[in-house]
Amino acid sequence: MVKVMVYPPTSMILSDLVERTGHEALVVSKEVRKKVNTAGLDSPPLNMTPEDPKKGLKYAAVDVPSGVRGRMSLLGPMIEEAEAAIVVLNDRCTLGCTGCARTNELTRFLLRTKRIPLLELEYPGDELAARRFVSRIREFLEGLS
Amino acid sequence: MIRIAQLSCGPEYSGVQQELEKAAEMVGAELVFPEVSLDDVRNVEERFGIEVASGDLNLAMARATRIVENTDLADAVFVATCFRCAEGAIVRSELRKYIHENSRIPVLSYSFTERTKAETLLTRMEALVTTAKFKGLLSRERQTGLTAGIDSGSTTTKAVVMRDNKVIGTGWGPTTEVLKSAEQAYNAALESAGVERNEIEALGTTGYGRHLVGKEFGAKLIQEEITVNSKGAVFLADAQRGNATVIDIGGMDNKAISVQDGVPGTFTMGGICAGASGRFLELTAKRLGVEITELGKLALKGDHRNVPMNSYCIVFGTQSLVNSLSTGSRPEDVAMAACHSVAEQVFEQQLQEVEVKEPVIMVGGTSLIEGLPRAMEGLLGLKVTVPEYAQYIGCVGASLLVSGLVED
Repeated sequence: MVKVMVYPPTSMILSDLVERTGHEALVVSKEVRKKVNTAGLDSPPLNMTPEDPKKGLKYAAVDVPSGVRGRMSLLGPMIEEAEAAIVVLNDRCTLGCTGCARTNELTRFLLRTKRIPLLELEYPGDELAARRFVSRIREFLEGLS
Repeated sequence: MIRIAQLSCGPEYSGVQQELEKAAEMVGAELVFPEVSLDDVRNVEERFGIEVASGDLNLAMARATRIVENTDLADAVFVATCFRCAEGAIVRSELRKYIHENSRIPVLSYSFTERTKAETLLTRMEALVTTAKFKGLLSRERQTGLTAGIDSGSTTTKAVVMRDNKVIGTGWGPTTEVLKSAEQAYNAALESAGVERNEIEALGTTGYGRHLVGKEFGAKLIQEEITVNSKGAVFLADAQRGNATVIDIGGMDNKAISVQDGVPGTFTMGGICAGASGRFLELTAKRLGVEITELGKLALKGDHRNVPMNSYCIVFGTQSLVNSLSTGSRPEDVAMAACHSVAEQVFEQQLQEVEVKEPVIMVGGTSLIEGLPRAMEGLLGLKVTVPEYAQYIGCVGASLLVSGLVED
């Protein structure tokens, strides 16, 4: 079993594909859920506190907007943990939402430079492309040991 | 309950969403998020005119188009994006303009960091709610009866007494102990007006100490400075109808307010850097060995271009002034450089966030430092008006507005 980070990090479709092949999907919804369930934090769905952007300083400098650093406080540890990654480019918000483009850029960069097995593919535009999309992901996942 | 539509990107991940909600709650409002469809977000470019890379910003723009189509969705709009995000700053500015031009809904725009607290937003939110809630009161153009206003500011406390639409008494002094300073200023105003305190039909308070002073003196109106100052400014500058821009450079914060028919439309309030405040001019006057009341006249004889000012910071800016004096710069050039530096910061950091429309009215004690409005005129390329009683603007606005409550 390999820990596979999926991007967009909220994509349930991608995480489902990963888990069907016996791997563990690293997705932001799991990280958020951890925070929501932490005692003392009580305003779901996102219980970020002003301390979180400070934790994000590990991944982005202080002059990077707080929203990026706050996101990186969730995504950064996932990137560190990831043993492989699937990144969908030009994704639509129906696949999974990422609100901040700067976070997307930084995350993709950190995944590329981590030198782990990485599959980058375009969001499919029609049914045929969608079939190829799923097939390439399955092939990538099955190739991970 | 006033509904403030939140158009934003990043507050949840910055950990400040709770602070925004708390600030709204403290002023009796709730934050709402107008519903949009995924197609609204996908087609935002067709409807709004721009699509950007960040999804949350596209969502904010899609919400703005819904609000403009159906203005019943919100009473006011709060636009907020992360500080230092270029994409966010562009969209924030365009959202503010879009709402302003296509509806009569008041807009507040703000860039936050993880350090933003509810208390920081309180005055801004209070002004937003007042503008949305009391349009009738704010559209009042005449003061009636015998009323008074006290402005308990961070640096000075001012008071006026008004009768039948005219200022008949004024008083002011430095703010030391809030209540004691208010007592002295109020007594001075009553004395110069020749009236007794018990004759005053109603009192309004504003400024940082408004709640404390208002409670102690039994004020009928306790109101933040943004709505009150804009009212006072357009009243004194005789610009109650149509557009106007009010600039108030205070001792601790600055306000830039775009006003329509006497009611604030969009506004910003800055208070991060002392280098852009009246404090810097006080320090300059002290360093030059002149009274603050003489600094402006001195500045009018100078040219800011003769003094290199490499920093907007109050500490390093003062250092630049000291250095220039030690290398032979003329005091009048230094005085004008200080005025230009303050005006330039307000121009760059705040006036870009509001629609600057004539007449431009400068108010507050700093507007009497002649070099400052002159520097602002140079930067804006527009004439700047400093009305009579400009330093009493908050008291005049409070006195005018509270007279409406007496009648009611």
